Amino acid sequence: MTNENLIQYIYGIADNSLILGQRISELCGHGPTLETDIAMTNMALDLLGQTRSYYQYVAELSPKDITEDDVAFLRTEREYKNVLLVEQPNTDFAYVIVRQYFFDVFHFMLLKELENSKNVNFQAIAKKSLKEVSYHKRFSGDWLKRLGDGTEESKQKAQQAIDDLWVYTDELFHMTDNDKAVSKAGYGVDTTNLKDSYYAAITSLLKEATLDIPDTKYFQKGGKNGIHTEHMGFILSDMQYMQRTYPGMKW
Amino acid sequence: MENMKEKEQMKSLEDIFEAKIARDEKIEPKDWMPEKYRKTHIRQISQHAHSEIVGMLPEGNWITRAPSLRRKVALLAKVQDEAGHGLYLYSACETLGISREELYDQLHSGKAKYSSIFNYPTLTWADIGAIGWLVDGAAIINQVPLCSTSFGPYARAMVRVCKEESFHQRQGYEIMMTLCNGTQEQKDMAQDALNRWWWPSLMMLGPTDDESTHTEQSMKWKLKRKTNDELRQQFIDQTVPQADILGLKVPDENLKYNNETGHYNFGDIDWEEFWQVVKGHGMCNKERISARKNAWDNGEWVRDAAIAYADKQADKEVKEAV
Repeated sequence: MTNENLIQYIYGIADNSLILGQRISELCGHGPTLETDIAMTNMALDLLGQTRSYYQYVAELSPKDITEDDVAFLRTEREYKNVLLVEQPNTDFAYVIVRQYFFDVFHFMLLKELENSKNVNFQAIAKKSLKEVSYHKRFSGDWLKRLGDGTEESKQKAQQAIDDLWVYTDELFHMTDNDKAVSKAGYGVDTTNLKDSYYAAITSLLKEATLDIPDTKYFQKGGKNGIHTEHMGFILSDMQYMQRTYPGMKW
Repeated sequence: MENMKEKEQMKSLEDIFEAKIARDEKIEPKDWMPEKYRKTHIRQISQHAHSEIVGMLPEGNWITRAPSLRRKVALLAKVQDEAGHGLYLYSACETLGISREELYDQLHSGKAKYSSIFNYPTLTWADIGAIGWLVDGAAIINQVPLCSTSFGPYARAMVRVCKEESFHQRQGYEIMMTLCNGTQEQKDMAQDALNRWWWPSLMMLGPTDDESTHTEQSMKWKLKRKTNDELRQQFIDQTVPQADILGLKVPDENLKYNNETGHYNFGDIDWEEFWQVVKGHGMCNKERISARKNAWDNGEWVRDAAIAYADKQADKEVKEAV
């Protein structure tokens, strides 16, 4: 188990928090009510806080003299290892909620396992994040029920978002070669074991929300290997703007 | 006869009300209050609430581009605090018998005003520092006296708002300090932001006393403790030495410390620009209102869904109880 293995493994987890945190941040000030705006911003804050803990650890592990900001802002697109789901745009509130719920259920299960990692840093970050993510899961799950079993319009919009985002769920359980190595050593999580309970949880909530499970046979993948959708470049050009325009400065 | 009696009753209610204010006691939502007091408070508190939520937009403009993770998180938290301030202020306003929907309608239709400073654009990262330092600095000067204003819910909301604002102001100043200790490019960015935000910040403290229409009555109700010109002088006296520490130049050729008065003399404010922006012709007036309106209009189906769902759940509970 080399430090590089661990660093790559961390990217696979932390980049999800960074990119989803960035996506939700775009909505700050534009929510459907002030209360939801505040709650969504809280989730962005939690995710970015988690990102910082992971990246600070990367900076420690790295042989180079780098900071959390170098990790966040100075990689190229192919070096980000987040899943495609989290980079999908804020098309409307239904997409935001469905994307969040699909991710939160997975995130919670992942952290539950990561809490038992042999690595004490992972244990600590997972423990702290679990409290936050259990709230996220409740928030997005409750909203999905409201949208599904609310009005005709909200049901139709929620179903549309589910149908469109469903293809990104399978990738959550893909294991790269590095994931396999880190998991085999007892540091990482074998996510293939989480797949059945994930779909069981999602199915049960969608049923309660009177929404249908899409009948999809094909899924999208690539993010975990750094092959992203076309949205990613725009996320990065926004996010990296200052660091790229004014290299090497302190802020 | 009846009419006389009513008038007498009214007079005694008014006396009780005036006496309460004179004794520095709080007026609470259920207490009797003159209609003019209610209306003035709805106007001022809602204007303040609108300023908080419109104020989220110029700063929100930089959240996705913040230069470091620490700054990004701090800015998100700051903008979120503003949403929180909006929330308590709308709630305080609602106790006066007006709904949140009506208040939003007034904002969206242009009937209600908000602080004009938020109609200026945020062009560089240094603007985020300058807003914290200057705009929040001016806001605190305006708001601290309101912690002891006569209307209870407003005064209590302001205690919390002021604590958070003073934190934001220090945070903004710290952004400026970091820039001023940085490269020449960063210093230039800081100076440019001060140049653009200085005069609008002075205008933020309101028209000069002889132009201000609400001052006298507001003083009586403790909605104001000092006049606009006094507040402005206080702001300038406090801020100029802070600019000196940063090594930045305040963009006013006539700015000079006056040994006799112990205050800074300053140049003429361009009130024409102030009124232009107040009347809706600042660079971002249209964008700000349309951003708020879009958020509200696009959120309608979401709010409807939440209500429909809650109604269905309530029906289920009733059925289960039967």
